Amino acid sequence: MSWLFLTSGLFLGWSLGANDAANFFGTAVATRMLRFRTAALVGSLFVVLGAWSGAQGTAKTLGHLGAIDAPAGAFTVALAAAAALALTLSKSGLPVSSTQAIVGAIVGWNLFNGRPTDLKTLTELLSSWILCPILSGGLAAGLFLAIRRFVYRLRLHLLEADTWLRFAFIVAGAFGAYGLGQNNIANVMGVFVRVSPFPAVTRIGPWTATSVELLFLLGGVAIAAGITTYSRRIMVRLGTGLTSLSPLAGLVVVLATALVLFLFGSVELQRLLRAAHLPGWPLVPVSATQAAVGAILGISLVRRSGIRLKPLGKIALGWVVSPLVALLISLVGLYVAQNVFELPVSNSRRPAAAAAGEVPSAPLGGESR
Amino acid sequence: MSFLFRRTRALEAQIDQFLDTVSEGCLVFEQGVDDYLRGDREEFEERHKAIRILEAKADGLRREIETRLYVESLIPDHRGDVLGLLESLDNVIDQAKQTLAQFEVERPDVPESLAAEYTTLARVCVQSSQHLVDSCRAFFREITAVRDHLHKVYFFEKEADRLADALKRRVFSMDLDLARKIHLRYFCLHIEKVSDRAEEVADRLAIYTIKRTI
Repeated sequence: MSWLFLTSGLFLGWSLGANDAANFFGTAVATRMLRFRTAALVGSLFVVLGAWSGAQGTAKTLGHLGAIDAPAGAFTVALAAAAALALTLSKSGLPVSSTQAIVGAIVGWNLFNGRPTDLKTLTELLSSWILCPILSGGLAAGLFLAIRRFVYRLRLHLLEADTWLRFAFIVAGAFGAYGLGQNNIANVMGVFVRVSPFPAVTRIGPWTATSVELLFLLGGVAIAAGITTYSRRIMVRLGTGLTSLSPLAGLVVVLATALVLFLFGSVELQRLLRAAHLPGWPLVPVSATQAAVGAILGISLVRRSGIRLKPLGKIALGWVVSPLVALLISLVGLYVAQNVFELPVSNSRRPAAAAAGEVPSAPLGGESR
Repeated sequence: MSFLFRRTRALEAQIDQFLDTVSEGCLVFEQGVDDYLRGDREEFEERHKAIRILEAKADGLRREIETRLYVESLIPDHRGDVLGLLESLDNVIDQAKQTLAQFEVERPDVPESLAAEYTTLARVCVQSSQHLVDSCRAFFREITAVRDHLHKVYFFEKEADRLADALKRRVFSMDLDLARKIHLRYFCLHIEKVSDRAEEVADRLAIYTIKRTI
């Protein structure tokens, strides 16, 4: 039965792969610089590697936000996030992200069960949503100027430059897919960490894998399935919409987006920064789509091609609409799961006392069974 | 890394060859006009034959390059621009060939006193085409240098306009039959068209360059 509960997370992963891979391979596939088959193969491989390596990163942050401890609760939260994504994407066309949806759904679970929401974690998450497109825009602007100057100095033949660009698109796409897996796996499987159906340690030949690693590996495979089966159309649509960008600018967008995902998702980088006594980043899942929009705006700024405020407004609207819709669906879903299907959505009773810095709340769903 | 560039090296060579052919065709045109005006019939025939061969070669190369660009899905973002550039460049050598063919067919009777001016006109037109070829090479290899050559194309095209205008005025001020005057005027126009074609390509190239640099 507990395996069945994973399906909503797998569906969320599939949807993430189908939608977000376009940020890394859309331009190259739409302009036929890369064949879809190559993009899907590279993307799938690296997203699984990223997901596997992301076991210690962003999932912990989401775990602090809401410690979901019942399989049915995790199932409903992931399903609410997936439904909110599908609903807001199809109805509004906003650049919404699974990150914002899952945060809304987790807060919904907290509210339903009268659990406190860790304000520090929530603030970290909210500030990272704002920081993500700004950082991505700044990185893209700097990278664009530097790479353009470098390319002009190289004096490559147009055809040679084209070949290098194809190669660079594969490398940057692979890096982006790795970052996507590493950063966004928490959205897909983070809520199942405490209710994983895998044993604590599994021996596979000479290797051992923890329950979380296997869970994230499975999530990575779901994202890869989304890339392979459904991302082609989205890549072509997004890539065609971006054709006003030169291929070089398209590459910079991919690089900046990948870097931002990596910065916010890499535990190793975090350790290196701390070892060098530098301020570390919060390890939080961020939206690849919003990072890409930020990067496009950053490039527009340095190219002085004018900034359209509409995409910025859409991002800001996505920050509000997506978590709110997820929160509402989560509340309704949890109510239905608990009262109609009679499934426990939380294992513990009401918390004894709210910790300092946490928002105490009365359970909306009453006592858990 | 050379395996990455195996596909494109041959095509780069073909593009260079195409540009060489256009440049050579225009130089042959200049010599052909000079030979005709000096009355060296034999040499003129040779030049006419040479430019026909060069024009056919340029056509073949252009088609081959176009096919490979499409079949191998190369430079998807600039493919249309490159094809447009090659086709319009082909018009320059085509114009040069046609003009020599008209000399061959119509055999205009150019007064000796005007021969030097016709030669100068042809030389200036060919100079504009040579700078055009240089700007096209820069488009493929060093985009920031395109403008350095383009302004020379425009300079020599204007110079050709000025010379052609002066030449037409001289023709019509001379004591010749009206039919002969009109015939001489036509040849002035035919030669001038070579630089006009070069200017058309330069205009396209200026836009393509902006597209590549943003």
